[in-house]
Amino acid sequence: MRRFAALIDSLVYTRSRNAKLAAISAYLRATPDPDRGWALAALTDSLDFPAVKSATIRNLAGTRIDPELFRLSRHHVGDTAETVALVWPEAEGREQSDPNIDEVVQALSAANRATAPDIVASLLDSLDSNSRYAMLKLAVGGMRVGVSARLAKTAFAQAFDVALDDVEELWHALDPPYEALFQWAEKGGERPDLSATPFFRPFMLSHPFEGDHLDLDQYAVEWKWDGIRVQAVHLGGETRLYSRGGDDISASFPDIVEAFDRDGVIDGELLVRGTDQGGEAASFNALQKRLGRKTVSKKMRQEFPAFVRVYDLLMDGEDDLRLSPWHERRQRLESFVPTLNADHFDLSAVVDVDDFAALEVMRAGARDAAIEGVMLKRRESPYLAGRVTGHWYKWKRDPLNADCVMMYAQRGNGRRASFYSDYTFGCWTQDGELLPVGKAYSGFTDEELKWLDRFVRQNTLNRFGPVREVKKSLVLEVAFDSIHKSKRHKSGLAMRFPRIHRIRKDKPAEEADRIATLQAMIG
Amino acid sequence: MKAPPPLTGTFPPPIRYYTMAKAKHWIEPHPQGIYVRPADVWIDPSVPKENAVVTHGHADHARGGHGDVWATPETLAIMGLRYGTEAGTPIGYGEGFERGGVRFSLHSAGHVLGSAQVLMEYQGERVVVTGDYKRRPDPTCAPFALVPCDIFITEATFGLPVFQHPPIAGEIAKIFARLEAEPDSSILVGAYALGKAQRVIAELRRAGWDQPIYLHGAQVRMCELYEELGVSLGELRLVMDTPKEDMRGQIIIAPPSALTDKWSRRLPNPVTAMASGWMRVRGRARQRGVEIPLVISDHADWDELTATIRELAPKETWITHGSEDGLLRWCELHQIKARALAMVGREDGDDG
Repeated sequence: MRRFAALIDSLVYTRSRNAKLAAISAYLRATPDPDRGWALAALTDSLDFPAVKSATIRNLAGTRIDPELFRLSRHHVGDTAETVALVWPEAEGREQSDPNIDEVVQALSAANRATAPDIVASLLDSLDSNSRYAMLKLAVGGMRVGVSARLAKTAFAQAFDVALDDVEELWHALDPPYEALFQWAEKGGERPDLSATPFFRPFMLSHPFEGDHLDLDQYAVEWKWDGIRVQAVHLGGETRLYSRGGDDISASFPDIVEAFDRDGVIDGELLVRGTDQGGEAASFNALQKRLGRKTVSKKMRQEFPAFVRVYDLLMDGEDDLRLSPWHERRQRLESFVPTLNADHFDLSAVVDVDDFAALEVMRAGARDAAIEGVMLKRRESPYLAGRVTGHWYKWKRDPLNADCVMMYAQRGNGRRASFYSDYTFGCWTQDGELLPVGKAYSGFTDEELKWLDRFVRQNTLNRFGPVREVKKSLVLEVAFDSIHKSKRHKSGLAMRFPRIHRIRKDKPAEEADRIATLQAMIG
Repeated sequence: MKAPPPLTGTFPPPIRYYTMAKAKHWIEPHPQGIYVRPADVWIDPSVPKENAVVTHGHADHARGGHGDVWATPETLAIMGLRYGTEAGTPIGYGEGFERGGVRFSLHSAGHVLGSAQVLMEYQGERVVVTGDYKRRPDPTCAPFALVPCDIFITEATFGLPVFQHPPIAGEIAKIFARLEAEPDSSILVGAYALGKAQRVIAELRRAGWDQPIYLHGAQVRMCELYEELGVSLGELRLVMDTPKEDMRGQIIIAPPSALTDKWSRRLPNPVTAMASGWMRVRGRARQRGVEIPLVISDHADWDELTATIRELAPKETWITHGSEDGLLRWCELHQIKARALAMVGREDGDDG
């Protein structure tokens, strides 16, 4: 448990992705089964001990320490598990042990609601402070150490020098502590058999299109939808919905999961229908309301009905189509999708366009709420895992631009910790008031960053913790993919992917854009 | 230090003691300091006063502009350096003076070089004001002296049971472990300029680090003063005079405010460490972007605070500043007569 606790702490105290990867892979290499598998599951929040809840440990604390002292401490620390780990009394003369994770997991799995407090208490008694923290986080979840499923898989692939795609495929078919996965990756064991399990297949990804011409006889054109990429799998009587990173998001979209009742694996864009769009696909903003939820109310499902706009078919029944060319898969897809529930699945159309010049015009004119640009797919390409050149291209529509005034600045992280690198900017109302319309922290060069940092320091009006309010004098030309209505912001606007395009030292702040100008860009 | 035995079972209802209705005591807590009426002397006043006893040199206790000042010779020297104050009356540990019928004496507090507790004896009653204190060994200052008293006026910076400072050797070892794992980096340790910085340096020396230690400009004069006062710190160099490449694999000490400052850009791959009792709480370390939290404090932790009250067993405990709610609650639970003195502006002196 101590080594796991040390791993958790090293992840807590670094923001660097590479350092996290290095720490996790070193741990996976050095730790025996089944502990490393449990650790991996804990990091990706894949463990659940229904009998042990946050309230269990809070109540438990009250048996060892005065509840008022606990309340004061909890208030100071801000996290129940950490508070318990820190204040749990270490009795004199008691030996602290270092149980392995497996023992802890077995003990916690055996707990029911009646026995959980005693089981957790005796674990707490036997552990040192850092291990107590790691154990409690493992028990109740919410590790919050900045490790996504994708990062954990990448670390696994690095640790044993295997392909990330393979790890992604196998991972989802196996349960913690993933012994078969380690067996295969580390010792070159047999590849686990996954037939008829609803596991995740790695996505085929695209490159940005940077050339100036493509032969449309070789490449088919589709719209690029602004939702989230999903894979729906129905095999062996089970259905799963996976996100781009391979996370199982079935729980957030029970409407989709229930409706997908035909054996197969589809690839498409998850969108929600918007009333403003007459029941058609709404903007990414609307979709955000449904992301990241563990349970979904009926009201949510009705207000933001989700559907998948399908563009590829990986398996038709038991038939793996991934090695077939796109045009063949497309043909099968066109007969597959109409058999699905039309409320939740439709076909992403192939766009008919005469030549490349016509395509350029069409792409520039596309301002549908849910369209980000166009996709170019080579007609002969198989479905290849990962980002392989020459097959799929995304060609986003040109960004929109607005001249905004810098209002606030905040320090960055890591390499940028000493720079004011995150900027909030605003536009003018009719009455000459400046309202924030977005925040950006990219798009500038290192030289420009130095200049912006100096500007912030020399023009600070107020400090609010890490945030500085600056003199409203600097115009930033901001580029963004699209702009939408938002109730969250006072300006009523939310930009998608805003970045600093140019610093307009030449432009007086009064000449920056008005809110009304931005409203006219809503698409 | 051993933790007190765990409290188990149910808790007695707290007993609250009210001292408000009592006749005025000869010692009066005020927001700007502790006033000793019969002697017309203030202890650690935060605004200029005619007569002041100063426990130690941190900004929340020592200010310039007083008339007569009594303090240890070290504290007077520190005040001279920081505030340009004229020399006051030096009082060594165990020594004292008498004024208005009150016998004052200073006793080592173990907080920083020159830090003192103030014992006052008046009409047969003994009152101790701790200033700030700790009970752990510290190579840069004299150890805490336990002074029996009737009224114990204590600090409570870390007056919550979450604050337990681990042995310092393990914290110092974190620096070495990181240097070994990342030999191309430099370790930038945030440490308050008076006391913490010198203690970290002295502990690094004690652990065998004999390389030069690099300083932020703001640390230099206080380190020099410590050396003059007999605390040896080994070879110290100024970051500003050193080429960037020479600091790979080296340790740099800077004030906490410089950790994310533009200044840090002159260091090669700096890994940020911070020496403070607050580092015990993960969120605090993360908030400040600290990669190596060093739980090193010059204040008493929860166990030290409570053990000291138990050992002294004063008739009353008064709590000056910090998490007074926590310590007050502990006193209630242990049937110890206590009150919080609601003194303001004492939190931002030395970063814990």
